[in-house]
Amino acid sequence: MSALLALVKGDTSAESVVPRTGFTAILTIACAAAMAFLAVFVLALALSAGRQAADWEASLADTATVRISAPAEMADVQADTVETILSQTPGIGATRRLTDDEQALLLQPWFGSDLPVESLRLPILIDVTLTEGGPDVIGLRQRLSAEAPGAVYDDHGRWRAPMVDAARGLRTLSLIALILIATVTGVTVALAASAAISANGQVIDVLRLVGAEDRYISRAFTRRFTLRTLAGAAVGVVFGLIAVALIPTVAGGGLASAVGFRGAEWIWPALVPFVAAVLAFAATRAAAARRLNEAG
Amino acid sequence: MADPSAIALNSVAVSYSGRTLFRDVSLQLAPGSFHFLTGPSGAGKTSLMKLCYGELSPSEGRITVFDQDTSQMDRNAIARLRRRIGVVHQDCRFIDHLSVAENVLLPVTVSQGNVEAARADMADLMSWVGLNALTNHRPPELSGGERQRAALARAVILSPDIILADEPTGNVDWEMSLKILGLLIELNRLGKTVLCATHDMSLIRQAKTRVSARVLRLGNGTVELAGAEL
Repeated sequence: MSALLALVKGDTSAESVVPRTGFTAILTIACAAAMAFLAVFVLALALSAGRQAADWEASLADTATVRISAPAEMADVQADTVETILSQTPGIGATRRLTDDEQALLLQPWFGSDLPVESLRLPILIDVTLTEGGPDVIGLRQRLSAEAPGAVYDDHGRWRAPMVDAARGLRTLSLIALILIATVTGVTVALAASAAISANGQVIDVLRLVGAEDRYISRAFTRRFTLRTLAGAAVGVVFGLIAVALIPTVAGGGLASAVGFRGAEWIWPALVPFVAAVLAFAATRAAAARRLNEAG
Repeated sequence: MADPSAIALNSVAVSYSGRTLFRDVSLQLAPGSFHFLTGPSGAGKTSLMKLCYGELSPSEGRITVFDQDTSQMDRNAIARLRRRIGVVHQDCRFIDHLSVAENVLLPVTVSQGNVEAARADMADLMSWVGLNALTNHRPPELSGGERQRAALARAVILSPDIILADEPTGNVDWEMSLKILGLLIELNRLGKTVLCATHDMSLIRQAKTRVSARVLRLGNGTVELAGAEL
């Protein structure tokens, strides 16, 4: 903690002993910017995937569909029977029979808008809204099969589970990608710091000769690398946010239309530069300690 | 009873890669004394100097500086010990992108000392070593003699008790050698313990006319007091 406070407070004398130039400066800034840019994308994807999984789970979990495939003369009778059974079943909130137009709209993506629905033998679809807990599905199916043999109760589980699993999997992969990005950032900064320390062996010799302790030498490198990483990551985040904003939105496009940040989620990209700076601080300190121990 | 020596070496040996540089070296530098360390090239003068400020550890034996056993000290303790020892190398060792003044102030800045007070005293110090006009120059812009005097200014800025000078006149002409010797003698008169490694016997003879100095000769793997031949 005292090291972090010293970092914030700054020590220009310690910092000035290390030359400002060198490839490690460019390497650190460029790496931090690139990693922050990627981190913003992955964060947006992870948050969107999580949000989408929750949406899909919630929206499909509260609804069910009853499909009635019966000969034309029996279809309306069975539909009436089904609606009566549903109205008597605990856990069923509301029911609504889909109109021909609504069914045509559902088929439109596959058959186009000029489909003559009236010429097709389509099943009757009843949209069911569930109340908390839902019905006893096994009991309901048994009753439907006894009283309306053409009716099939579909609780969407067959569709819902893989979609939610896919969204959750995407979120998990995104989080793994974030960990990898953080690791690569830390390793790159540590390597750059290590290279800088090696390149400044003469400076370290002089500092030791005049009585500098390890923490002074370490501080000379740590603050500079931390600030470079902070600056690079801030630039990367800005470009990342611009790129995320430029992703085209697709109406009803599911996950593709939802990639981005909403409300309190904006705190996450804002934290990226600071997380990168903390990583750089820890990585540089560790690299400095290792190099100083090796030097003896 | 406390050891009265500023630096004491007891039965010290130094070996590199199986080759023994010197062995069974024992010597004591009393506070305020002036010693020359001489001997042929490769005898181990620089190594012996490094032992005295903890840059090198002995293969055998024990070294105490200000009554502290250097083998018992960690790297940071050695660093703090060096603030009480001013070291002047033949190659001076500066940080080239800093000005001469910033280099001279380094011991103060690394020890978190009062830099402003030291900066205020800089003019006197730089005047003492004759570098007043060069404080804002970079070390590579200085001549050999100027670098040695800047190194001496850096070595004394914390007013250390011991001055270790390793071939401080190795790269300068005779006139500059005498100037540097004069500065070391002045420091000794102020009570500093001085150990100066040199192969320049003329300089030692010159010094002995002005200061009570003992001469240690390092050769044949051991150290002995040089006598009347000087």
